[in-house]
Amino acid sequence: MRVTSQAFRTRAAVALKNVELQRAMAKAKGGFVDKRRVAIEALPEFEQLRSVAREIKEHTLSHLDYYLERFESQVIASGGHVHWARTPAEACEIVVGICGGVGARSVTKGKSMVGEEIAINPALENAGLEVIETDLGEYIIQLAKEPPSHIIAPAVHKTRDQVTDLFQEHHSRYGYNQRVTEIPDIVNEARQVLRDAFLSADVGITGANFLVAETGSTIIVTNEGNGDLTNTLPAVHIVTASIEKVVPTLEDATAILRLLARSATGQEMSSYTTFSTGPRRSTDLDGPKEFHVVLVDNGRSQMLGNEFHEMLRCIRCGACLNHCPVYGAVGGHAYGWVYPGPMGSVLTPLMVGLEKANHLPNACTLNGRCEQVCPMSIPLPKMLRQLRVREFEQRLTPARMRWGLSIWTYLARRPHLYQPVMSILVRLLEILGRKRGRFRYLPFAHGWTKVRDMPAPQGQTFQRAWRQSGDGSRL
Amino acid sequence: MNNNAREQILSDIRRALNRTTSLHKSVSAALMARLAGHSVHVQPVVETDLVNRFIAKSKAVASTVVTVPSLMQVPEAVTQYLTTSSQKLEVVMAPDPLLDDIDWPTSMKIERRQAGRQDVVSITGVFAAIAETGTLVLLSGAHSPTTLNFLPDIHIAIVRRQQIITHIEDVWRQIRSELEGMPRTVNLITGPSRTADIEQTIQLGAHGPRSQHVIVVDAE
Amino acid sequence: MAKSYKHGDAGRPRVGLFVTCLVDLFRPSVGFAAVKLLRAAGCDVEIPRAQTCCGQPAYNSGDVKDTREIAKQVIDAFEEFDYVVAPSGSCAGMLKLHYPTLFVSDVVWQQRARALAVRCHELVSFITDVCGMDSVDASFDQSVTYHDSCSGLRELAIHAQPRRLLASVRDLRLSEMCDADVCCGFGGTFCIKYPEISARMVSDKMANTEASGANNVLGGDLGCLLNIAGALKRHGSKIKVYHVAEILADMADVRAIAEGEEPK
Ligand code: SF4
Repeated sequence: MRVTSQAFRTRAAVALKNVELQRAMAKAKGGFVDKRRVAIEALPEFEQLRSVAREIKEHTLSHLDYYLERFESQVIASGGHVHWARTPAEACEIVVGICGGVGARSVTKGKSMVGEEIAINPALENAGLEVIETDLGEYIIQLAKEPPSHIIAPAVHKTRDQVTDLFQEHHSRYGYNQRVTEIPDIVNEARQVLRDAFLSADVGITGANFLVAETGSTIIVTNEGNGDLTNTLPAVHIVTASIEKVVPTLEDATAILRLLARSATGQEMSSYTTFSTGPRRSTDLDGPKEFHVVLVDNGRSQMLGNEFHEMLRCIRCGACLNHCPVYGAVGGHAYGWVYPGPMGSVLTPLMVGLEKANHLPNACTLNGRCEQVCPMSIPLPKMLRQLRVREFEQRLTPARMRWGLSIWTYLARRPHLYQPVMSILVRLLEILGRKRGRFRYLPFAHGWTKVRDMPAPQGQTFQRAWRQSGDGSRL
Repeated sequence: MNNNAREQILSDIRRALNRTTSLHKSVSAALMARLAGHSVHVQPVVETDLVNRFIAKSKAVASTVVTVPSLMQVPEAVTQYLTTSSQKLEVVMAPDPLLDDIDWPTSMKIERRQAGRQDVVSITGVFAAIAETGTLVLLSGAHSPTTLNFLPDIHIAIVRRQQIITHIEDVWRQIRSELEGMPRTVNLITGPSRTADIEQTIQLGAHGPRSQHVIVVDAE
Repeated sequence: MAKSYKHGDAGRPRVGLFVTCLVDLFRPSVGFAAVKLLRAAGCDVEIPRAQTCCGQPAYNSGDVKDTREIAKQVIDAFEEFDYVVAPSGSCAGMLKLHYPTLFVSDVVWQQRARALAVRCHELVSFITDVCGMDSVDASFDQSVTYHDSCSGLRELAIHAQPRRLLASVRDLRLSEMCDADVCCGFGGTFCIKYPEISARMVSDKMANTEASGANNVLGGDLGCLLNIAGALKRHGSKIKVYHVAEILADMADVRAIAEGEEPK
């Protein structure tokens, strides 16, 4: 997927003016937040679980090689195959290779963010395969030829009317000529259309929410059941998963599962939590004959050793997106790559390069709501600030910003200069602004006055006023 | 290439963790012990009346539940459910021996196999049912094909009272003691299929069953 | 109250007021209100001269080196006091939580930063939680709503304290707004780097403020208040904006933020 994060500012501005998008986002926002709150208030053990989950992940990450090897040997022992990919290109090559090896023509897919990250769809299509996304949200954006705008609700930016239009445009070839406008009918039409795809696909590709080292199981958590049709019906099941998804035991996975659905959708459990271990057994009546797991690194082993390693605890629940006021304002596409919102603003620069995405860590007020809700207690604001440090060190900070900052810090480090200079400035501003109490325009503060007035200062600095009041004795 | 990638990823991980080789014996022994310990972490409190908790939680996720006093009443419950939901008495049923004992009416057309496209109603037993969350546990196997849980519009699951367990972790304990390793598929099913992908409005019956019906057999 | 520090007259704790740059430049009345509240809470207040800014602009722009220099200056100026108090959650949070992280490879300064950090507080939480104040002598015959500034709320757990004190202000009616704990879009340099997004966030805040029905919006961080007031005025709103300390110190006779001389 092309990285357009450098156009964040313009894309954000467009998004803010996009009426349909704003309507869709307004509908989504409150729902996620309220449902999560209710679910968490109903679980008194939530905070305890949070620290347990953190500890499980930290333990796993600090022995990541061991658990990956263990996972691998268990997959093999249960009759499956494990492939390792350093880069998206390697991962795609492996998946395309497996499909080619079984003479596959069509592929169904369950929602997978790693799949997006490695851009598996274009790779498969270039190899001549038909790829059908089966998660309703993913299906909608596949029809619209758009990337997901949310990690758990990929089509959250679409209104119902837009979906109606898309279905009308794309479903007439299956004989659906009626315009469906009601949600039940829209969902039903997708169900009918995708049935054929499920039943005729040669390969099913899913992601994984967890990999269990103990058993070699991969876990998917879904609500629609599409993931299960994808991993049960075709002859080959391929799982694309990043290396940090591994946890030691089924009990460890269970503890984190208790946080996942609650944080994501406010459910205690999603409708379907499915553990896949190897291919179908000899006496099974259904299930895939081949089971492959593609383990993707794509920069994660680097993160493990640096100040961003805590990001590897992320379970992709989306809570940070749902609670981010910037994400809520501009939607996911403005972020310009696969992962949006707070977690995306950390991951994108690390995965595609800071020089291609240095807007993202800056487009944040550091308000901390993301960290507050993150079930894995990931210090997202700290990491965004850390990326700004890198940006500053690599001299990627825009020149105007740098200049403004150095003038400020120069003065701030010299109180004896700062105070008289500021006194004059403040006095001047007060005189100019006294009448209205504010400025509609200030030449050096255009970014501010473009959208709001600048309040005028009261006229004296506190320091001066204080000395004049006899150090407060005349108060 | 593949092998290269494996070695490089593992060595990158080790370097990141400030190690040059695999783990020291004592460390890997500790890790093995951790794996073998299967220790359970914090669990939500679940009241002791497991049956009622399971029923309440199932209903909360939009499953429908009826209780019958014994296996003998199951056919009647199924018939009634299908009739009130205007379905034909045609089902595809898991080849589960536990369902063999039931005296199904001759008026019901039953096939014992995995599900196919045309099937509308499936009937299965369960491996267990979790009171904590109102979750059905189904394991793939000769007696329990996974397609039955997902392809038909209606999935009817028969849960015997003693199959209701407290927490999710109890499933793992039970699998370890009763089976040799994990089956191909473990399904934890909590309510019917649903989606909120259109305007964040919950709609049941996305790709999996539109209805999840549970018959609890309340016999000891 | 901690008694392990040297105290001023008659055992009154000596408080160094960290005025913050925005209060110093834009709204000295908040500084005076802080002094009044601190004195009422039983403290001796001093204003060290060698203070400018806590360094957040540099810190949040990734400029660690300058941040460190500014932090050293603050530590130098304030470590002689029993307490350091700032009328701002974000500046207090900076001193309390972030300064100690700046000196990972400098034991001496890290020690000094830590020693300062434990004595550093935001104004309203200080006079309540540390000084035990639970009411103020003030009156304000108006309806108000309260905006929880992010750093104070999430870094320092300031939420109940201002509300508790506001409840003791005679005739004041507090009417909570929806999403009081959601960012107003200020974010320091964020609001000038991304004005459109910031504008959108502050317009949500304005809408919630208006919907609360209150005639005044209060908060504990001047940055947010300048943003909210600037936006309200740009849109012709009559709602007035004050720092919570001004109301608690019974000093609401000053002109509200961004209010001019023109008769309304
Ligand atoms: S960073 Fe935290 S809140 Fe955000 S998706 Fe990851 S786990 Fe969820």
